[in-house]
Parts: sequence; structure tokens; C-alpha cells
Amino acid sequence: MISHIASICSFLIEINNTVDMTTTRRQFIKLGALSAGSVTLAGSSFNWTTASSLFENQKSVASDRTPTYCEVCFWQCAGWVYKDENGEIQKIIGNDDDPHCNGRFCPRGTGGVGQYSDTDRLKTPMIRTRTDGVDSFREVGWDEALDYIADRMKEISSKYGPECVALFTHGSGGSHFGQMLKAFGSQSVTAPSFAQCRGPREVGFLTTFGDIIYSPERTDIRDTRCLVLIGSHIGENMHNGQIQEMSDAIDKGATIITVDPRFSTAASKSKYWLPIKPSTDMALLLSWMNVLIENGWYDKDYIARYAHGFEELKEHVKKYTPEWAYGITTIDPNIIRRTAKEMFDASPAVIIHPGRHVTWYGDDTQRLRAVAILNALLGSWGRRGGFYNPEKAKVPEFPVPAFPIPKHLPTEAYKGKYKLANEVVSNGICDATIPTPDKNCSYKIWIVNGTNLLAALPDQEQTKRAIEALELLVVVDTMPAEITGFADVILPECSYLERYDMLRKSPHREPNIAIRVPAVSPKYNSMPADWMAKKLAEKLGLGAWFPWKDMEEHLDWQLKEIGSSLEEMKRIGVKKFPRMHDNLYFAPGEDVTFNTNTGKIELYSTDMEAEGFDPMPVYTAHEEPPEGFYRLIYGRAPMHTFSRTANNPNLTDLMDENTLWVNPKVAKIWGLKAGQYVKLKNQDEKTSSFSIKVRITERIRWDSVYMVHGFGHNNKKLSRAYGRGINDTELITRVKVDPVMGGTGMRGNFVTFVFENEKAGKEAES
Amino acid sequence: MRYAMAVDTKKCVGCSDCVVACQTENKVPIGYCRDWVVEVTDGTYPQLEIEIRSERCNHCDNSPCVRCCPTGASHYAEGGIVLVTPEKCIGCGACIASCPYDARYPHPDGYVDKCTFCLENRVKKGLDPACVSVCPTKCMYFGDLDDPNSPVSIVLKKRKWKTLIPEAGTMPQLYFLI
Amino acid sequence: MKEELIVSGRMNHLIDPYLQIWHWHIPLYLFLGGLAAGILFFAALNTILGREEKYPVSVKITPFITPILLIAGLLALFLDLNHKLYFWRLYTVIRLQSPMSWGAWTLMIVTPLAFIWCALNIKEIYPKWNWKYKFLIDLESFFRKNKTVIAWLLVIYSLILGVYTGILFSAFNARPLWNTSILGPLFLTSGLSTAAAVIVLMSKKHLERHYFARIDLMLIGIELFLIIHMFMGFLASTQVHIEAANLFLGGPYTTPFWLFVVALGLVIPAILEILELRGFKMPVWIAPVLVLFGGLMFRFIIANAGQASRWLY
Ligand SMILES: Nc1nc2c(c(=O)[nH]1)N[C@H]1C(S)=C(S)[C@@H](COP(=O)(O)OP(=O)(O)OC[C@H]3O[C@@H](n4cnc5c(=O)[nH]c(N)nc54)[C@H](O)[C@@H]3O)O[C@H]1N2
Ligand SMILES: Nc1nc2c(c(=O)[nH]1)N[C@H]1C(S)=C(S)[C@@H](COP(=O)(O)OP(=O)(O)OC[C@H]3O[C@@H](n4cnc5c(=O)[nH]c(N)nc54)[C@H](O)[C@@H]3O)O[C@H]1N2
Ligand code: SF4
Ligand code: SF4
Ligand code: SF4
Ligand code: SF4
Ligand code: SF4
Ligand SMILES: [Mo]
Repeated sequence: MISHIASICSFLIEINNTVDMTTTRRQFIKLGALSAGSVTLAGSSFNWTTASSLFENQKSVASDRTPTYCEVCFWQCAGWVYKDENGEIQKIIGNDDDPHCNGRFCPRGTGGVGQYSDTDRLKTPMIRTRTDGVDSFREVGWDEALDYIADRMKEISSKYGPECVALFTHGSGGSHFGQMLKAFGSQSVTAPSFAQCRGPREVGFLTTFGDIIYSPERTDIRDTRCLVLIGSHIGENMHNGQIQEMSDAIDKGATIITVDPRFSTAASKSKYWLPIKPSTDMALLLSWMNVLIENGWYDKDYIARYAHGFEELKEHVKKYTPEWAYGITTIDPNIIRRTAKEMFDASPAVIIHPGRHVTWYGDDTQRLRAVAILNALLGSWGRRGGFYNPEKAKVPEFPVPAFPIPKHLPTEAYKGKYKLANEVVSNGICDATIPTPDKNCSYKIWIVNGTNLLAALPDQEQTKRAIEALELLVVVDTMPAEITGFADVILPECSYLERYDMLRKSPHREPNIAIRVPAVSPKYNSMPADWMAKKLAEKLGLGAWFPWKDMEEHLDWQLKEIGSSLEEMKRIGVKKFPRMHDNLYFAPGEDVTFNTNTGKIELYSTDMEAEGFDPMPVYTAHEEPPEGFYRLIYGRAPMHTFSRTANNPNLTDLMDENTLWVNPKVAKIWGLKAGQYVKLKNQDEKTSSFSIKVRITERIRWDSVYMVHGFGHNNKKLSRAYGRGINDTELITRVKVDPVMGGTGMRGNFVTFVFENEKAGKEAES
Repeated sequence: MRYAMAVDTKKCVGCSDCVVACQTENKVPIGYCRDWVVEVTDGTYPQLEIEIRSERCNHCDNSPCVRCCPTGASHYAEGGIVLVTPEKCIGCGACIASCPYDARYPHPDGYVDKCTFCLENRVKKGLDPACVSVCPTKCMYFGDLDDPNSPVSIVLKKRKWKTLIPEAGTMPQLYFLI
Repeated sequence: MKEELIVSGRMNHLIDPYLQIWHWHIPLYLFLGGLAAGILFFAALNTILGREEKYPVSVKITPFITPILLIAGLLALFLDLNHKLYFWRLYTVIRLQSPMSWGAWTLMIVTPLAFIWCALNIKEIYPKWNWKYKFLIDLESFFRKNKTVIAWLLVIYSLILGVYTGILFSAFNARPLWNTSILGPLFLTSGLSTAAAVIVLMSKKHLERHYFARIDLMLIGIELFLIIHMFMGFLASTQVHIEAANLFLGGPYTTPFWLFVVALGLVIPAILEILELRGFKMPVWIAPVLVLFGGLMFRFIIANAGQASRWLY
């Protein structure tokens, strides 16, 4: 209690003068260090007993280990939380029965303790107030914060309709707030994991096989004989099941072929590394098709049985010879032929991996169509060592009244566009928030849960313009991330180690569920999203959609419906169920109807054709860096997740800033020294806020520079992350939108070095 | 009995999970570590090679750190594991200077600390060391070299391996599969 | 291009980016130990050789500073320890393989001997000194009777102490720069040389000053010879030893070493001493002060550079 009060007193509010505030209605507020006079104590309405009594019983329940599933990324590995003698969380270990992790967490999951112990966490709800033209945050109690939101929501929606509310969410809280939103009357729920991430591949595979890849990916890597990675940098991209299975495949002698302009870790484990010129992958994929078909290196029976449009494809790819591709990709034609042969020899146990973050150049759905077609030619879809048929555990939803039917759907926001998108397009919602003469602006309220939109969405200025147009921005986060600086109301969520959430029921080889149970009660004055959503719903008069007393009752009801119980799940953490539908793989010669217009695997896509897109992928050249500029490419470091771990004490211990990978030849031209700090400027004259440390390495091409996404935070409250490295998103001002599904191609930006203020990063720290 | 560990440089991806796992398991204070990961890149684009090694104390058979310790705090324990007894350690730093692998560090509490192969908290309970048990690529092997059926004996028989600075004469017991 | 990175960001305090476990304490401790050893060695040797009256300052006066030097050295060592409360553990075992251990024990023997030596000579400084208690008087006469034995013990243990100051480093195979057997004799010679310099500084007797200046000159010669041999040894050895030598041959320690240790600490005082012996008049304190400065620098530089030298792998 004492520390609680102290933390409230020491929270303080200060205005950031560096962001242009003259024109903005919503000033970006930085949460700084204590300065007398600016402190506003929490409203008296907060009921101390609510928070403590809510979690009273958990202390007694918590045994030596508590089950959870990890929230440090979206692989959602299930594990056990162990506490030390003092009742503090000591370690998190994978659950042996969990197919996502097989008892082994990745470094971020193991370091998840830092998500809980970070003392920079958001500690109490806050409301933006304006005095004398200056914005600041006022600390308030939960009741006041939620009342404020409910009142504003009612007021604004009475003018514009409930459809004017959008929810941006990434993570477990989404289902709770989504329930609240749907009850309120809006279906605009969106995540950056579609149009900034997996979207093109899901649409590319949907239009080809009539089904998506899902998460975890349905790739049967552990049994594959040939794994082809196109930019997918498994090993740095630390999605647990993928890396574990890739390691199994290496043990079993599988051939790995990696296509990447950078010598990725995966490339270093590969038999073939194809150091492709960035943005030219489509040419390589088309030439592989050419080689496979010309040589008859494809699964003839499979194609005859399942595919639609083979003859058209054959004709289409005739001109895409390896020699043609060589001129574009710089990959030796012999290597193109040899790798095609390797794939065919391994088929059908071959995976041309669809990747995950695939919003690169704007023609991404087409590129992923090409990947899907290659897999079809090799007959790997539905085959062991290729792509298996995943199955999800069936868990009934807690009964609630039917949701009201909104007057218009989120797709209205980008009416007439992205019809093939199978999820809501985040940037479409963002754009539609900005009023334009031709478009009636549809969004006035955003609820942003667990996504740092300033890092996740490209073109920050556009995001800021949209935020500017809002009447209410509610941000639910655990950390003082950039997005919280723009909020009208900040709701501090407790970490995943301090809360229940919905059951995890992702599709896998075996249907399974996993549970998250709080290991400790929420620190500070933070609360779980489920509690916030239910309380807010009640204040909005939507209590009927939250009929359960609490998550324990909710989960126990669901679990009993499927023959388990909360008690059992607390003991075992993960439960598997028998498969109910089809088999893991197609049986030889099995009749399969695919969920496409033709019922077949569409090498020639009727959907694409109907929407006016090329029914078969074609090569389009992309812009190249101008003289003195380098293509900005980015990726993952195994020990961090986007911008969400940049302040995690355990993980910053491993890596506390990103570095700029520069080829020695480029370093020589510019006189760059290893370890020196530089700023970057892009083609649109946008200069980075901070500096980045130069890493001179042969692992990157001379026409590109590389950095890990997620650094360069500009909120001072993030004591370990502030000013460390560069935020790549800042420099991604040119976005190539995929006309098929709205994905934001982010790799068409070019940067050059700026030296004037080398120590800027360092100075900014002080 | 002779405990040893082998790390497969061909499978290790340098994720550093072994480092965080050691930290949380053994309460290694933030800012310090008992193990670390080295990545060596050689060649010129695009002719390149990378070797990645998860390193820690080698639990040397002929360990200079035990030899130079003035108090006997550094000693050989069960299965040749080299340990430090904090209550005997004066923090003179001689063992730190004596280790060619820089495997030891001064713990903020004053004594010298290093990898223990998780002897007391895990190995004696029949568990693998924390780093071995967490590694997502399963590229680490641990066990008794005197037992031909231990994972480490089997893999050392099957694969080519090296140790670090054998010429320093320390007889390291951390093997790197190459 | 070859690139070697610790991708897990290891930054252990005092270990990374290069070893800094020993700061000023250990080199000072070694300097003071070597100096004390040299002074006691000359005192005891001249006693055994019956030159007490010929070289009275070296036998009777300079030893008075040795207890101070030794205790200051031990204090420096103590301050260097990270786990100070457990200091006493040093004296619960004798571990002959550990230079740190036998060095500590050698000090445990030399320090009382130094005190005894001072006690025997206390009347030289305080002619009116009186031992207040009978047992002290008995003790003094006991030691006086066995003065030669004590002198022999001092000769042996001061040599051990002098060599130890070098062996403490050279026992560390892990630091290629230290890993040379020349370091023992070299540090012993340097300790003796600094002791001779102190005697030159403190003695008013022309004969004694000249005698020790000549000894110092000889010791400086030996030191230069050993240093050259040390580098030749390194350069003829493995890559890591060549790298170690290169710290002084173009590397970061080049200027401090060749300027402070070799030029200012050895060559210039040698020239000055030669000139003085040849009868040129100049302030007598310059050469010995330079020798002392050079000796101190030498230990600091070797301690630091040694920690910066490592095996490559
Ligand atoms: N420039 C650039 N942009 C990208 C990418 C890129 O590589 N480069 N990657 C794209 C991809 S693939 C994706 S999937 C997206 C990811 O986009 P996001 O998921 O939005 O990524 P983060 O930047 O990690 O933002 C997560 C936010 O959630 C908060 N958070 C963490 N845990 C919790 C919690 O338990 N509860 C709540 N309420 N909040 C929490 C964090 O503090 C942080 O502010 O970004 C996309 N955008
Ligand atoms: N440790 C860690 N792991 C993660 C995440 C994380 O934040 N941290 N995030 C997870 C999420 S949500 C996602 S979406 C995935 C993303 O993981 P991936 O799908 O593997 O990511 P990409 O961004 O597609 O791949 C980055 C790689 O593409 C290469 N590249 C750049 N341009 C080109 C090009 O033109 N052609 C080709 N062939 N390659 C190119 C880069 O050099 C880099 O190696 O990672 C997941 N795993
Ligand atoms: S892959 Fe790692 S960070 Fe992601 S859920 Fe699993 S353990 Fe957590
Ligand atoms: S956990 Fe395994 S793969 Fe990761 S760095 Fe350590 S040894 Fe390598
Ligand atoms: S690696 Fe170093 S600390 Fe470990 S036993 Fe060998 S010498 Fe001692
Ligand atoms: S620091 Fe401790 S363990 Fe190391 S040598 Fe000194 S006493 Fe022994
Ligand atoms: S064996 Fe144990 S102590 Fe040693 S590095 Fe691994 S986890 Fe740490
Ligand atoms: Mo993603």
C-alpha cells in the first residue's frame, strides 16, 4: 500500500515541447520525472478494496507453479510460472505437453519475467486534461476513468452512431474489448498482424488453396526434406515451433535453401544461400515454376487431380527462364535449376515457406500466390513434410444475447477496395478516420489495446493525422509506449503473468487448449483487460454481454462444457483432444474439395481475375535506391519482440539498442567506423530522431542497410529504451499498398547517412 | 564420473535463451552472466560462414582457477565440476585473471561466481542444466563422459568436435560440435 | 573480413570489454613488496658480509621504512579484495600452487622479520629508546644473539618475496603478456634496483651512495637485458604472445612503456648515474627518483597491459 501511494505521488506529468504542438489538438504528452506542482493525486473514487479482494483467493490457490501462456509474442507458448521463497516470480518454463513449445520457451518467453518486473510500467489510470492551453495527464481512479470513457462513448456515438468506434488490438485483451465493442454495436476490430504482417500470405493461399496458413503455421517442418525460406529469417524470427522444427529438420538432414539479400542466421545453416537482389523475389519464383514445369519436375498426379489452370500456368511461365531471372535477381541460373531439382527430389516433403511478415513491396499477395503455386506444383499441400491440415479444439462460447447488427461494417471504411481481404485492414480504418471531402469520416473513437501504433503502422504522419481527427482515444497498455502519449485516457493493464485471459485454442496437429492463470496479483494500480472491458460494458449498460462473475466462472463454465474444469487446467496447463475432422494429411488419391470457386487448387485464380487482378502472378520491377541511398530493410532479433520488449530489463541485458548493418564497401565509401553513431535520412527528407550504432559486416549487401525493428523509443519514461537506436517506422514514409488486400509494403524506402550530430543519441540520454 | 557439455555450433542460432534461462534459474543479477554467445563471421559477401557458440566455464580438468585460488574456495566438485564456495572466497580476483576464457565474474555480493553446470539445483535432482533444458534448437548435450550412453558421450562419438584454446593446457570439458 | 561478436551482449562488470579486475591496488602492492624486499635484502646481506659500518644506512636506517611499506602493501591488497569480510580465509590454508597464497604467507613471515630488524636497530634512531618490559628485553637479546640467523632468513625470504612479485603475474597462463618466466627475475631485479635507489636517496655517505649507485647501474643493465629478452621471447613464440608483445610495439602501451619505464625509469637514470660516477655534479635525487618512478610505472603498465592481453579463439 505504501509503495502504491508513493508510486502515485511520483507519477508526473510534463509536456513534450519537441513535437510540433502548435497545430495539434492532441498534444503528445511525455511522462517524465517528478516535478513539484504538476502532481495530481488519484481521484478519491478508487476503491482500494475492489482491487485487493478481487485477487485475494488467488494467493491461496497459487501453488509452486502456475500455468500460463506467453504474451511476449503471438506464438502463445504455454508454460509454468515459478515463484521464489519471497513469492516473487522467478522463472517461466515451457510446458512439456504444449505443441507450441514442447517444454522450451524462446529467450523472450524466458525473459518474460521482465515484462512483469519492469518498474517503468504504467501504474495507474490517467485522463488528459488541459489547463492554460497545456495538456497533461491527471491520475485518476478506475471508476473515474471508466465513467469518463463510458460518458464520452455515449455522447459521441449519439452523434455518429456506435459504428464510429474502432478497436485496434494485438494480443489477448482483444477478445474482451472486442466483446464489449460488438455489444456496443461496432464490428471494427483490427490488428496490425494482418495488413502489416500475414495478410498477403493468407489471401495468397486462400485464393490458391481455399484455406489460410494460420498461426502457428501449418508447415510440417519437422518432417520436411527440403525447406525453402524466402526472406523468412527463422532463428532470428524466433517463433518457437518453427525454430524447433527447423532444428529437427537439420538433424534429419533436410536441405535448407534460403533466399535473402542478407546472410541471415538461417542462411548460415543452409545448403544453398541465394543472395538475391532485394525486391526481385517474384522473378526467382516465376523462374522456379518455369524450371519445374519445363523439366516435368512437378507432381503430375497431384496437379491432374487437384489443380485448376495448369495449362494456363505452363504457358504463362514459359518466358520466365532462369537466364531471364538472372538479369533481375543476380542469382546464377545454374543455382536456380539446381535448387529447383532439390525441391523436386524432396517433394512432396518440401516447404516453400510462406513467411509471416510479408508486406514488403505492394505486390505481396501476388508473390505469396507464386509461393502457393510452387507448393502446389510440388504437391506439398496436405502432405507429410509439407503443409498439414490443422485442427482447432472446439470450445463453446459463454452464452450471451445476440450482438446488435451494425448499420455498416468496417469494410465500408475502404469501400470498393481490398475485397479479398479476409480480415479488417488496420490502415484502412486509420485512413478512414481522417475526414476527406469525398468520404464521410466514420471513426471518432479508437480503443487501442496492446499495439504501439506509432511503431506498428508505417507512415507515422498519417497515423498522427488520424489520431488528430479523433474525439476520444483510449489506450490500454502495460508500458508508457509512444501511443500512450496521444491518449485521452490511459488504462494500465497488468502483465500476462498477473491475469486470466481467454483459453488459447489455436489450430495445430492435435487440437488443444491452454490456460493462463495469474501467478501473482496485479502490481501497482493495474488491472486485467477482462475486468476493464466488463466494468466498462456495465457502465455502458451492456452488462448482459458479460454475464459471468469473473474469468474464473467464465473459464470454468467453458471447460466443464468440454469435459475439463478450471481446477484440472490449473494442474495441467495444456489439454489435448482427439482430431474430429479430416486427417493430418491427404490420403493417397483422396478426393479433396478445396474451398475455392472451382473446388480445386487454383493455379489460375478465378477470385483474382474477378477482382480485376492478374490471375497468375507477373513480375513487376520495383524502385531502386537513388545514388548515395541504400534500401532500408529490417527484421527481428531473437531476443526482442517488436517494440514491446525494448525496455524489458532481462532482454535489454542481451541487446539494448539496434545497430545499423553496413557492408564494409559502403563503410569505406562513407568513412564509417564500427561502433560510430549516425543518423539516417530517407528519400522524403525524413531524418531519424536518434542515432544508431554502425555495425560493419559482410552479412549485408552493398545496396541495402539493415536494422532490427522495435528500437528508438522516444518516451523518456522508458528508462532503458529511450533514445536507443532508430525506429525504422519513422523512416518508412513511403508505403506501397497492396491493391489486393490493403497490405502496407514497407521495404521501398531508401536511406542515407547523416553525420552532423553523431552523439545525438548519447546526448538525448542525458 | 566426468560431467561434460557439448554445444552444436551447426544448430545454435545465437538466440541467447541459454543466457536468460541461466539468469532466471540461478538468480544471476541483471547486468551479469554466467554464459554468453559468440558469433564469428568469416569471408566476403556472398562467400560467408558463421560459427555460433554458446560459451560458459569449461569445467577444465586442469583448471588454473582452482590452482591459483589462495583459499581453496575454487575447487573440483562431483564429476569434475569446478565450483566456488562463496564463504571461502576472498574476492582476490586471481581465479578471474587465471581463466583464459574469462568465464568468471565478480558477483556484486563480493565473491566470484561462474557457471556451476547447475550441479546443486538441477543436475543432482536428475535434471539437465537450465541452459540445456531450455535451448529451442536442442543444440546442447549434457552428461557423464564416463557413461558411454549419456547424450554427451553419444554425440561426441558421432560428431567432429573441438574445444577452445586446447593449447592453454586447461583440458576443457565444454565441447563444440563442428 | 572476420567479425567476432558476443551476440548475447555480455558486459560483466570488470571483465568486459577487457579485464579490469586489478586496478591500482595490486601493482602498488607488488611495487611496495618488491621495494621492501630489496631494502631488507641489502640490509641482511651487508650484515652477513660484515659491512654494517661501511654501509650503515642500508643496514640500519632504510629497513625502518619496510614495515610501513609492507603494511601499506597488505592494506592495498586488502582494499582490492571484493569479499573483504572473508580476508582471514587467506590464512586458513597454505596452497603452494597458488602464488597468491604463498605470497601472503611470505609476507606473513617477512613482515615480523622486518619488525624484528627494526627493533634491533631502533637505538640507531632513538638512542634513548628503552624496552619497558622484561620479556621484551629478553626477546631483544635473544634476537640479537641470533642476528645472523635472522639475516639469513631475511636474505632468503626477501628474495622469495622479490621473485613472488613477478610470479604472481607470470603464473597466469591465461594472460599471454604475463606468461613468461622472465617476469620473476625481472621484478626481483627491479625491486632491488628501486631499493638501491632509496638507499642512494637516504644515505648521506658518499661511499655508500656511490656503492649503491654502481649496484643500481648494474641492476638497470640486467633489467634492460631481461626486457629485451622478454620481447624476443614473445616475438619468437605463438601468435597470442606476438599480439601481447605488440601491445608495446605499436600498440596502446607503446608510449607509456618506452617513455616512462625504459627511457625515464632506466636509461636516463643510468646515464645520470654514469655521469655522476664520472664526477659530474648534479642534484643527486634525480636519478633515484626516476628509478622509483620507473619501477612503479613498470608494475602498473604490466598489470594493465597483461589484463588487456588475451588468447584469441
Ligand atoms: N517498421 C515496421 N513496422 C512493423 C513491423 C516491422 O518489422 N517493421 N512488423 C509488423 C508486424 S509483423 C507486426 S505483427 C506488427 C506488430 O505490432 P504490435 O504488436 O503493435 O507491436 P509492438 O510494437 O510490440 O506494440 C505492442 C504494444 O503492446 C504493449 N503490450 C505488451 N504486452 C501487453 C499486454 O499484456 N497488454 C496490453 N494491453 N498491452 C501490452 C506494448 O507495451 C506495446 O506498446 O508490427 C508491424 N509493423
Ligand atoms: N524474435 C522475434 N521473433 C519474431 C517476432 C519478433 O518480434 N521477434 N515477430 C514475429 C512476427 S509477428 C512475425 S510477422 C515474424 C516475421 O518474421 P519473417 O516472416 O521471418 O520476417 P520478414 O520481415 O519477412 O523477414 C526479414 C528478412 O527478410 C529479408 N529481406 C529483406 N528484403 C528482402 C527481399 O527483398 N527479399 C527477400 N527474399 N528477403 C528480404 C531480411 O534480410 C530479413 O532477413 O517474426 C515473428 N517472430
Ligand atoms: S515464441 Fe517465445 S515469446 Fe513467443 S510465445 Fe513462445 S516463448 Fe513467448
Ligand atoms: S539457447 Fe541454444 S540456440 Fe539459443 S543461443 Fe543458446 S545454445 Fe544457441
Ligand atoms: S573455464 Fe576458466 S573458470 Fe572454468 S574451470 Fe576452466 S579455468 Fe576455471
Ligand atoms: S577470488 Fe575467490 S575463488 Fe577466486 S581465487 Fe580468490 S579466493 Fe579463490
Ligand atoms: S550449466 Fe547452469 S550455470 Fe552453467 S551456464 Fe548453463 S544454466 Fe548457467
Ligand atoms: Mo507479425
